Amino acid sequence: MEENNVAQSPEAIAAAAKKKEGFWYNIVHNGPFLLFALPGAIWMIFFFYIPVFANVVAFKEFQFSPDGFLASLAQSKWVGFQNFKFLFTSDAAWLITKNTLLYNLGFITLNLIISVFFAVVMSELRHKRLVKVYQTSMLLPYFLSWVIIGYFVMAFLNPDKGLLNTMLHTNINWYAEPKYWPFILLFIGTWKGIGYNSILYFATVMGIDPTYYEAATVDGANKWQQIKNITIPQLVPLMTLMSILAVGNIFRADFGLFYTVPQNSGALYNVTSVLDTYIYNGLTSTGDIGMSSAASLYQSVVGCILLLITNAIVRRLDSDSALF
Amino acid sequence: MKKKKKIDSVTVHSFNRGTDLFFNIIVGIFALSCLLPLFFVIVISLTDENALATYGYRLWPKVWSFAGYKYLATMGGELLRSLWISVLVTVVGTVINSTFTSTYAYAISRSSFKYRRFFTVFCLVTMLFSPGMVANYIVVTNMLHLKDTLWALILPMAVSPFNIIVMRTFFKRQVSESIIESARIDGASEMRIFTQIVIPLAVPGIATISLFAALGYWNDWFNALLYIQSDNLVPLQYLLMKIQSNIEMLSQNASAGTQFGGSLMAIPKEATRMAMVVIATLPIACSYPFFQKYFVRGLTIGGVKE
Repeated sequence: MEENNVAQSPEAIAAAAKKKEGFWYNIVHNGPFLLFALPGAIWMIFFFYIPVFANVVAFKEFQFSPDGFLASLAQSKWVGFQNFKFLFTSDAAWLITKNTLLYNLGFITLNLIISVFFAVVMSELRHKRLVKVYQTSMLLPYFLSWVIIGYFVMAFLNPDKGLLNTMLHTNINWYAEPKYWPFILLFIGTWKGIGYNSILYFATVMGIDPTYYEAATVDGANKWQQIKNITIPQLVPLMTLMSILAVGNIFRADFGLFYTVPQNSGALYNVTSVLDTYIYNGLTSTGDIGMSSAASLYQSVVGCILLLITNAIVRRLDSDSALF
Repeated sequence: MKKKKKIDSVTVHSFNRGTDLFFNIIVGIFALSCLLPLFFVIVISLTDENALATYGYRLWPKVWSFAGYKYLATMGGELLRSLWISVLVTVVGTVINSTFTSTYAYAISRSSFKYRRFFTVFCLVTMLFSPGMVANYIVVTNMLHLKDTLWALILPMAVSPFNIIVMRTFFKRQVSESIIESARIDGASEMRIFTQIVIPLAVPGIATISLFAALGYWNDWFNALLYIQSDNLVPLQYLLMKIQSNIEMLSQNASAGTQFGGSLMAIPKEATRMAMVVIATLPIACSYPFFQKYFVRGLTIGGVKE
């Protein structure tokens, strides 16, 4: 229909011009733009708006029907908050919430400290070409998939052949020893993203007005005083913004990290189970789609609330950086 | 003049020599730690299978061997199929993603578009809430019936709302209303304005979102994990994932095993598996240094808001 409108737009516009500003006039008049926006809008309907409403399955005892989604919905019976009751009375709910929050807090802290450290240090190194080389190297993990990173980790941690056991002359079955994994996961998760984050801070440091440093040098401030009193204060707004945005996403765990790097090993579930892996495992292996959908909705709703709160805070601090 | 400025910036930002050396070592070690695993995996893929069995993975092997790659060549079929799926999904997906993202962003960037506010909010809302894995899974499998089709690998990532907002800002900055107005007066259609005026002006932005899209598609295994069961549609990353949990897959699927060295025992599984990792990694590792500036520009391309 829209295509028709474009094809005949000149006459249509002429005809519609008399009764100006009518609905159809606007549609025709904006035809090309509507066409531009159409594919994206359709995608959003199918991959966002409908799935949002599909969350009602959390209140149902959902059964797949081959006749399509509406048939499935109609055939599954309402169970109210039963799925949520099961979820929150199980031990899992507390464990996965705790793990998700603690790991993400760890990532936020480590990422902030290490990225800023590297950014400041790299901005002060004397060989600028070497800095480029460092930055390029540090970006490599960021561009690789979690599957590949999982292989990298395996090369070190494989119980029979891994480098770590060979070097330490130990015989640790890494993929069955939960006590090491909080550190491994924190390390890998931070390591992968440092390159990207530190470049972000680095760009900000390079944008600081050099006259500040010149004036400080004239006044006899040494390097540390300059970093402490010029560089860091100039980075604080960005640091705040990044941390607040990260807090808004604190309920979302990186599925790839927690699923592929520990190879979904059952012995490690206590320390590797996060909301996303729990939802996935419920969806596929245990087949308990009710609990899984309840956990999924729980994650989305809390995540959305956190995002709204953090966005309100950002808007108060620095309205240009707010998401909306 | 220019030279003087350069010297200034060096003196403004630089440690004294001792501190410089110290921090070079620290940053250097971290930078090396980012390259080392790839080097390590390449070395393992080039190690003789018996040496791997006896000495484990070594940073410098006792016996070098190309057996892993040779075996990959004989294995052919499955690997090539996965490679083909990955390339196809990446190419088609990137074209779809960058086209739809740009056109949508362009539409909402123009002040002459009456419904731009509606469509902007329509897009922003999607960033506010996440429908969640289960709901997406149900819609894709039960409503769109995309399970075990290539579209299940392409469509879930076909549009990126965040990139739409970034590109909207970019279009507003780079493409001034006056240029478009003058083209309109000259009688150009909106489509022609978009393809012949707007796109050439927006190449850096479009390049950035295309590269991010291509990277996302090439690295994607999650959609395959959820939606792909057929062996014919397994992309490379997902194939690697399956082989990691079950290395025996390498010999199961390969009738070539018997041709290779005479017996099934002779399949260099470890080396072959790592050789596949290398093949999946090299396209990125070799190309990203050249595209790096576009990726980094993505950070600053448009402050999210106007």
